[in-house]
Amino acid sequence: MSEDLTRLSAAELSTLMADGEVSAREVTEAHLARIHDVDDDVHAFVLVNDTDAILEARRVDEARYRGEELGPLAGVPIAVKDLLTTRGMRTTCGSRILEDWVPVYDATVVAKVRDAGMPILGKTNMDEFAMGSSTEHSAFGPTHNPWDLDRIPGGSGGGSSAAVAAFEAPLALGTDTGGSIRQPAAVTGTVGAKPTYGAVSRYGLVAMASSLDQVGPCSRTVLDAAMLHEVIGGHDPHDATSLPEPVAPAVAYARQGMAGDLRGVRIGIVGELRGDGFQQGVLERYAEALGVLEDLGAEMQVVSCPSFAYTLAAYYLIMPSEASSNLARFDAMRYGLRLSPQGGPVTAEAVMGATREAAFGPEVKRRVILGTYALSAGYRDAYYGSAQKVRTLVQEDLAHAWEAVDVLVSPTCPTTAFRIGEKVDNPMAMYLSDTATIPANLAGIPGISVPAGLAEDGLPVGVQVLAPARADAWIYRVGAALEAVLTERWGGGLLDRAPMLGTPTGGAR
Amino acid sequence: MSAITREDVARLGALARIHLTDGELDVLAGQLTAIVDAVAVVSSAVDDSTPATSHPIPLTNVFRPDTVTASLSRAEALSSAPADQDGQFRVPQILGEEP
Repeated sequence: MSEDLTRLSAAELSTLMADGEVSAREVTEAHLARIHDVDDDVHAFVLVNDTDAILEARRVDEARYRGEELGPLAGVPIAVKDLLTTRGMRTTCGSRILEDWVPVYDATVVAKVRDAGMPILGKTNMDEFAMGSSTEHSAFGPTHNPWDLDRIPGGSGGGSSAAVAAFEAPLALGTDTGGSIRQPAAVTGTVGAKPTYGAVSRYGLVAMASSLDQVGPCSRTVLDAAMLHEVIGGHDPHDATSLPEPVAPAVAYARQGMAGDLRGVRIGIVGELRGDGFQQGVLERYAEALGVLEDLGAEMQVVSCPSFAYTLAAYYLIMPSEASSNLARFDAMRYGLRLSPQGGPVTAEAVMGATREAAFGPEVKRRVILGTYALSAGYRDAYYGSAQKVRTLVQEDLAHAWEAVDVLVSPTCPTTAFRIGEKVDNPMAMYLSDTATIPANLAGIPGISVPAGLAEDGLPVGVQVLAPARADAWIYRVGAALEAVLTERWGGGLLDRAPMLGTPTGGAR
Repeated sequence: MSAITREDVARLGALARIHLTDGELDVLAGQLTAIVDAVAVVSSAVDDSTPATSHPIPLTNVFRPDTVTASLSRAEALSSAPADQDGQFRVPQILGEEP
């Protein structure tokens, strides 16, 4: 029984628990058992929270027994990216400098997840401070893609995507600065959504690039992502960039999409995000997805966003600039590691330099130095200043697009999962993974990646749906419509075709 | 685009408070030159007439009610400190001179 439970969606688990068919404790124990079975191979988790998770599940069971009103995801366990602070639970951000940091406060999204009665299974692996597209830049070793353990699970949230793809958790929290939720979703055959900037609180998200970072859901179905979105969304007085509007009706729109009618929906095909640089198998699955959307009644047209030619460049100036400033807080004074310099006076400055030398990995050093360069006197206007102007062009292109269409679509990622080690020493090659996901962060708009099938190499491909700011519900509607047709065509979820990791159980649904 | 030299990287490292080894200086000089070459294209995409955007969805006058709310206790604030003394953060000397 326990292995069966890990194959179910969050929505299915929610129904089973509400009907009294299974207990929250059974559900959480099944997922913990799965983690202990497969995570030596996958390494999605940097911390497993067994005892607390089971305690929380028991609390939910007792509350349900007493007849208390519970939210829809009560008892559904979740994995949390290790960039989000968890009170009393180690939060490393994938970095040696925070190896032993135990926060004294919960991120708002973590508090909301706890309030919803969702047991936290553990903290997931990630590129150090979310800097990377492969999870190879974690100080604690790479995470492996459940489809092929020699390949990357995407990044920076590769732990969250792999945990969901390997059936270790039905849901996970991710963060997306340039695609760190959507690109891992694409390469692991899972669903990942980046909400509108400000739709979900950033309080307790350890900042990389504050004008780009956003928390969002990782799942195996669009409906599950929508359910989690509604739990974590909403205004937070602790985040001055939090939008005052109520949470988007993500679940209602997902259900509407699942009904399979997109008549009257205007869909724009981003002309700049296809062709050159995109793998053949990615383009084939993308073309099929466009056909599905058209068959559902959507009106398709090609939309041009010329500024997208410059978004990768603008992103790799803005993000490191903000990161170089944000990471200045790791000064070895108030929390985190402190190391002494080898020789010379032991000043605060020397201690900070020595600590950061030893405890920051190569990608963090690269980006902080790059950001320092982009902000330095004589270069700031040409680099950071111009990049901010590109951001205006992106906003203008999108404003123009929204006059003609309701949503935009593109492939999520130019390629399928590459091999671990393949690009780790070639930063520019790695950065190209983010080509299609970055525009959404620069513009602050919502986006979702939905599985579109397998490429010629047998690895998953994702299709991205983008919507105007504050129109988050639309990504769930269109994403769910696409998913409903494709899963019916495949005779089940794409992950049913992934290798069965762990101990054989024969636990078919 | 001009190359970023080892000396440039060493200076940037000092500004960023990251000591860098000789090996790191060599590697970073080459990598940063390549990255800056690739991203410098932004300056050709815009001109003086384009306004800058610093924030995707700007909000103004964001205030919370001026009421006292719970905050960290002193013990909590110090709980992760590498060193503390007398209820305060204990840090190395700030200036590089003998007191």
